[in-house]
Order: sequence, then C-alpha cells, then structure tokens
Amino acid sequence: MKQIKTKLATASCALALSIAAITAQADTIKVGVLHSLSGTMAISETTLKDTMLMLIEEQNAKGGLLGKQLEAVVVDPASDWPLFAERARELLERDQVAAIFGTWTSVSRKSVLPVVEELNGLLFYPVQYEGEESSRNVIYTGAAPNQQAIPAVDYLMNELGIERWVLAGTDYVYPRTTNRILEAYLKQMGVAEDDIMINYTPFGHSDWQTIVSDIRRFGSAGKKTAVVSTINGDANVPFYRELGAQGVSAEDIPVIAFSVGEEELSGIDTAPLVGHLAAWNYFMSVDTEENDAFIEKWHDFIGDTNRVTNDPMEAHYIGFNLWVEAVNKAGTTDTEAVQEAIIGVTVPNLTGSYAALMPNHHITKPVLIGEIQADGQFEVVWQTPSTVVGDAWSDYLEGSKDIISDWRKPLLCGNYNVVTKTCSGQSYE
Amino acid sequence: MICRIMRQLRSLGLLTLILLSSLTSLQAADSDPVLAEFEALLSSSAAPDRARAISLLADSMHPDTLSLLAELLEGQLYTFRGDSHLYRVPRHEEGRAAERLLDGETLTIERVRDFRRVAVNNAQRTQIRRVMALTGLNAESSAIRLQAVRQLMRDADSATIALIQDAYPTEENNRVRELMAVALAIHTLADSDNEVLQRDAIDTLSESLEPRARNSLAQFAQSTENPALQELSQRALTQIDHKVQFYKGLETLYFGISLGSVLVLAAIGLTITFGVMGVINMAHGELIMIGAYTTFVIQQLMPDHIGLSIFVAIPAAFVVSGLVGIAIERGVIRFLYGRPLETLLATFGISLVLQQAVRSIFSPLNRTVETPGWMSGMLEFNPVFAITLNRLYIILFCFLVFFALLLILKRTALGLQVRAVSQNRAMARAMGVRSERVDMLTFGLGSGVAGIAGVALSQITNVGPNLGQSYIIDSFMVVVFGGVGNLWGTLVAGMTLGIATKLVEPWTGAVLAKILVLVFIIFFIQKKPRGLFPQRGRAAED
Repeated sequence: MKQIKTKLATASCALALSIAAITAQADTIKVGVLHSLSGTMAISETTLKDTMLMLIEEQNAKGGLLGKQLEAVVVDPASDWPLFAERARELLERDQVAAIFGTWTSVSRKSVLPVVEELNGLLFYPVQYEGEESSRNVIYTGAAPNQQAIPAVDYLMNELGIERWVLAGTDYVYPRTTNRILEAYLKQMGVAEDDIMINYTPFGHSDWQTIVSDIRRFGSAGKKTAVVSTINGDANVPFYRELGAQGVSAEDIPVIAFSVGEEELSGIDTAPLVGHLAAWNYFMSVDTEENDAFIEKWHDFIGDTNRVTNDPMEAHYIGFNLWVEAVNKAGTTDTEAVQEAIIGVTVPNLTGSYAALMPNHHITKPVLIGEIQADGQFEVVWQTPSTVVGDAWSDYLEGSKDIISDWRKPLLCGNYNVVTKTCSGQSYE
Repeated sequence: MICRIMRQLRSLGLLTLILLSSLTSLQAADSDPVLAEFEALLSSSAAPDRARAISLLADSMHPDTLSLLAELLEGQLYTFRGDSHLYRVPRHEEGRAAERLLDGETLTIERVRDFRRVAVNNAQRTQIRRVMALTGLNAESSAIRLQAVRQLMRDADSATIALIQDAYPTEENNRVRELMAVALAIHTLADSDNEVLQRDAIDTLSESLEPRARNSLAQFAQSTENPALQELSQRALTQIDHKVQFYKGLETLYFGISLGSVLVLAAIGLTITFGVMGVINMAHGELIMIGAYTTFVIQQLMPDHIGLSIFVAIPAAFVVSGLVGIAIERGVIRFLYGRPLETLLATFGISLVLQQAVRSIFSPLNRTVETPGWMSGMLEFNPVFAITLNRLYIILFCFLVFFALLLILKRTALGLQVRAVSQNRAMARAMGVRSERVDMLTFGLGSGVAGIAGVALSQITNVGPNLGQSYIIDSFMVVVFGGVGNLWGTLVAGMTLGIATKLVEPWTGAVLAKILVLVFIIFFIQKKPRGLFPQRGRAAED
C-alpha cells in the first residue's frame, strides 16, 4: 500500500513538474543577444544590447509574437572572437533561441558563421561590413560596400575634389577586404598607385604619432588628400586625439570614417574633430517623425536624455521588425519557414524611406554623408536621392564581379557564378 | 469682367501683404535689411544659399560681420522653431537665455529641442575663415596676422595677393614678413614671365620649409621651359629636401624618445620589485591601471579644475597603488618567497581579480580622462617640425620620476637598506636590517611608481579595465633587456626599444615593427641572458 502511494506521489509530482516545464517553455519565444559587453568593442556594442532589450520590451507590450511573450537571452562574448562562436552555440543548443541579434566586427561574424550554419540558426547582423559573403542563415541589415564605402569615395572624389588617398584600417578582414575593393575602384577611376597610401594597425593601438605625421606629410604634396578610415573600436579615441594634437584639420585633410558614429564620439572631446566625416545610412540628427519617436522611446527606456542613437541601432530596429513580420507571415519561428517568408518583407526605416529584404539577404538603404559637429552629432552634407540595393559580391573585384546571391527557390545559392553557371559555398541542391 | 476683378483683388491683396510685411519688418529690424536677409538665407537648407549668406554679410561691411561670423563658426547661432528667427545661444541648456539677432530681445529656453543649431559644413567654414583672414591681415596681434596669411595662401587669387602686397612693406614681425614673402614668391613663380623676378622668387622659396613653397617649386621645375631656371629650381628643391629629411629624422627621434619614456615609466616600478625581491609581479599592469583610474576619479571630484587635477592625481595615484601593492605583498607574496612559479601564478590571479573589480566598480567601458589646457597643443619650430606638448611633458615627467627614484635609492636610508637586501639578504639581516619590512616597502614603492605611470598613460591612451594588459608585456621586455634591478639599465633599455620601434615603423608598419623588436630581444637574450647591465657580485649569481 505504502509503496503504491509513494509511487503515485512521485509520478504525479513528475507529471506536474513536466507540465509546468512544458508550459513554461511554450509561453516564451527566446531571442538571443550576442554583443560584447566588455573588452575593446564594448564601446560600440553595449548600446546594441540595450536597443534589443528595448525593442523586445516594446513588442511584448504590443502583445508579444504569435501570442507568446518574447524573452531576451543576453550573453557577453567579451570582444573575444572564439568566445563569440562558443556563446552562439550556447544560445542555439542550450537556450534554443529563435533568432540571434548580434556581433559587430566581421571577425566575430566569421566566427559565428559556421555555428549558425551547422545548427541552422538565424543571425541578424546590424553592422556595415566588407561583403564577399552571403549565408542563408544570416540577414545582413548593415551596409555592404556599395552602400557605404563606394558612395563615400564618390562623394570625396566628386564633391571635394580629392586626388590623394590614405586608406587606414585595423588589421582584420573587414578593413583589408574593404581596402582591396576601394583600391580596385580607385585605380579603375584613374588614381595612380603613388597617390594611394595603405596602413594597418592592431586592435587597441594607441601610439599614432608616426602614422598621423606620415598622413600629414602625404597630404602636403600639393594635391587634396583625404583619409578613408576603417579603424575599429577604441583605437579611434587616441587616433582622433593625435589628429587634433598634431593640428590636422578637416579643411586640410578630411578623415571619413566608416566605423565611427554618435556612440563612439560620445566619449571624446569632439572640438578638434569638427568637420571630419562619416558615411552611414542613418544619423541621429535626421529630421523625421519616425526618428523623433524612436529617440524619445530610447531616452525613456534608457533613462538618460544624453544618450545617442546610431546606425547599427537603426539596423537592429529594421532587422527586428523584419523578423517579427516574417514570423507572423510564416505563423512559426521555425528557421526554414522564416527564411522563406522574410524575402520581400518591407518595413519603414527611420530616415523616411523603406527597407526591403532582397533575395541576397541584404536590404535597401539610403546613403548619408555627415560632418562631425562640436556636440558629437552629425550634420548631413550629402545623400543618395533614393535607397541603394545592397550588393553582397563587389563588382570591382575580379573574383566576385560575376557572382550573385539569390536565396529564393529554385536557385537557393549564395555564391552563384553567372558566367560559369555554378553554385559554390553553402548550397542547397 | 470677373477675371479683371479677380486680378484687381489679387494685386490689392499683394499690396496689403507688402505693406504689412514692410510694417512688421520696420518694427522688427530698425536698420537691418542685411541681417534680415542673412537670417532668411541661413535658414535655407540649400548649401548655395548659406554660402550666399556668408558672402552677403562679408560684402555688406556690417559692423557686426566679424563677430557674427565667429559665432556662426563656433556654433552659437540657433534657429528657434517658434518664430524661425536666428538666436544667439551661448549655452544650449534649459533655463538659459537666447538673444534674438534682429532686435536683441531675449527668450528663456524652455525645450532644448526647439532650438536647432545652424550647422556649417567644411566648405562654409573655409569660406568664413577666408573672410576673417582678409580683415585679419590688419589685426593688432601678430599671431592673428600670421594665421590670416596662412589661411589666404590656400587660395590666393590676384585680389588677395594685392592685399598681401599692400601689407608687406609695413609689416614689422619677422615671421609674418617671411610668410608674406613666400606667398608673394609663389604667386610670382606661377604668374610672372620676368626671369629676374622668377630668380628672386626661387631664392626666397629655397629658404622656406613651407610645403606650399616646395610644391610650387616642384611644379615650376616640371613646367618651365627655361633650362637655367629649371636647374636653379631643381637645386632649390634638393636643398629643401635635405632639410626636410633632417627634420624628419629629428621627428622620428622625438617619437622614439616619447615612446621610450612611456616604456620606462611603465617598467621602472617593475625593475624595483623584480630586482630587489626577484618577484615576478604579473599584476604590475593592473597597478598602472589603478593609477589611471585614480586620475579619472580625481577629475570627477574636481571637474572645474582640470588643470590642477594632474598635480593632485600624482601623489594620490602613488598612495593608492602603493597601498594596493603593499596589500598584495603582505597578503600573498610574503608566503611565496623563493617560489617564483607560484608567485607568477598568484600574481596573475590577482591581476584578473583587480581587472574584474574595476569592471564591477566602474563599468566595462572605457572612461574619459581629459587633458588639461596647459598640456594640449603643439610647439612649432618650423613648418615641418613640431612636437606635441602632452608627450613633451610626459618625457620630462619620466626623467623627473627616474631621478627621484635614483635619489631615493642612493641617498635615503630606505634606499641603502633596499640595495643591501638586494645584494646579499643574509648579510644585510646580520647587519640588523629588517628585510621583511624592506620587502614590503620596496613593493609599495614599485607599485606606487606604477600608479604614477598610470597617471601619465591616462593622457595618451584609453583608460579601461584592459589598460594593464597592453603594458605588462612591454614592461617585462624592458626589464629583461635592461638588466634586472638596474635603474639605468631600464632607462637605456626603454629608450633604445622606443627609438628602435619608431625607426622601423615607417618601413614595416606598426604590427611588424613590434614583432621585429621582440625577435631582436629574443636573440639578444641568447647572447646576454642577464640583459644590458646585469647585477654584479657573488650573491647576484644565485
């Protein structure tokens, strides 16, 4: 008798617990947030984690997704590239997240890429990058080189009459590939090899004396010179400080940066930087109703009216809305279904136009060139008349100008060579 | 019929509109149609309109032209959303006053976002500076006149050259005269056909180190058809190039010394602890970081006296890092003497603890440490050689710290005891020196010096929890290269490594230069394992 009683008791307990567990799991959809909260990239990535938390909170207030509440799973890969892969694996295997919003540097994305492809996860990548990649498991909401680097060089060449170029970057895949593309583009536009100076520095480099002095010397040869900077992370702080200390003003040698936005400027004294440029697809100073509303919501959420918004935040805003709409369209958070449903989804962006997800997993974005003002904001000095479609495979490099990416059936290929009519890389035959 | 009536009504309406607007404008701008048009053009978002606004103000000779343009440049002019007028806003905060440009009426700022700053882009900034330079030619201060000539040289058309020619005879300041002569010579070389004038111009330009002078000579040498003049200009170019090379070498030397001084500052505390006690302190970098954070905290506590903050931070950082060092010695290292491997591991663990403590107390993000006014700026010797002031002060500071330490070690009782203990501990104890107390104070001294190094480093690099990691390897490199326990060795080693890195960097880039220096040290250690200036004496052989 006693044995039967204890057996019944344990069985009912187990049943109750498992029901609780199942219902608890079934009640939330987990969303992974994979951004560095410490280390050299924390200066840029911490604010993206907060943006995701804000977007998830807002969606939950609207009733969640598919009737369930969203739950953010935040991990810290600490600017350590192999750790990014480990954390991504944790998010997909242990936490079973429906989508990951994260990474910043291309090396962190490249570390995570094999993991999301192996475990069939979905990564939303919010930062401008070098292209030469198109994965079925990644949605690229950041700018491809033809949506940032090439228009920036066009602006310098045509509007400012720049004839000599310094390409300065941090030593990893994004600046190296971008500079390859830019060098090829410049040479195609007739710039001589002597008029191009290329320079790489390690992450966190702090002694810029020689390099800034070389830039000054290169720039005083009589032709108008500009610096195209792909320097990433907190090395930007001593770089701009040295520019200011050595008196390199924007009217003499303008520096246009691709990885410096409002967030990176908020920690430094911007007085010596006034007039230097940046190329993005969004600036906090853009005057639209959607942008005003977004900034107000952000200030309410973060509790500080001095905090700034920037382009990667807008990219997460677009990416999150694309994902929500695709999930609603597909009726499930299953990766395969979302991948099919998401192509063609169009959501409004914060600068007054629309972002449509193209078959190559890139979106349409306008290109804005802005000048740094004394208060750390950017003043738009030029923009493309309409949005530009992101091109994953650069038309200026030998190896990639014949390649397209199309993730719709029947092609389903990220590296399709239109000349040899073959598909390579991640393919679904 | 109806059409005619409509037309008459329309013209009547137009007339009243004109009357009304002229009435209001008479009320608003007593004497200033110029200001009104300036305001209208500036509120347009089209760049050509803004450029016209600036030239309008310049051509109108309005009494307030220069001050208005200066305010526009500084970003002190704002548009108010309420009435679309321009306001002068010295401080863009709630509750502050905003003065309307047209009539001087003041408003209080209720909502910050209602006032939008009138932004200027690079092209407009150049235009404004040019206008200011034209009047600056006749300024009282020679510095302003120099700046004006330099600005006008960028874009010297015949009108500006005429102005400079007018001002040249009456110019008293030598530097300004020289620059004016160069500007006039460049123009002559480009425009004139008279050979005598061109010869004079080439002579003037050959003495100048201005990059524009060299460029105009180079262009002339390429384009001229006169062989004699071509030879002359080529010779002038070679002369200039030799001088430029010389100054470039000086500049590289300066960069090398400044990098060396940073290395010396970081390593000198380690020399003392490593030298005296043979303790490998992996937490040395974190002690530097603590000194840097102390500077940050001091600046937070005295935000209005940034200039003084450095002077307060130096002793504060010495005390804080010294105390942390003493705590480490008493708490951990004391028990591990004679066991170098365990000391290394233990201090490595302590370094991780300190890093995480700083992350938890402050935040994982970098903190901003401001540079005081007296440390910013450059010392210009000539157009090709200028040194940054912050690094100059750090070099001087490094030598100050070095000689202070030398004094302490050579002249004080503590120094005597430290040297005794490091040469022969047993003998020193036999002579009555309390070696344990000396160990503790030595460690404290070394850590305190690391803290002071942190104050200096906070001026040139990011202050974050990872600051220590960037300097620990360099510190050990300097100590091993220079010889353990020898202050002069550290100085020579640090300076040598700094200059060597900077000499190699222009050819190989920053990354490879570091690698080459490390490889060089590895080979050097094979030959001389005890460094440049090894410790001598029988006890040191152990």
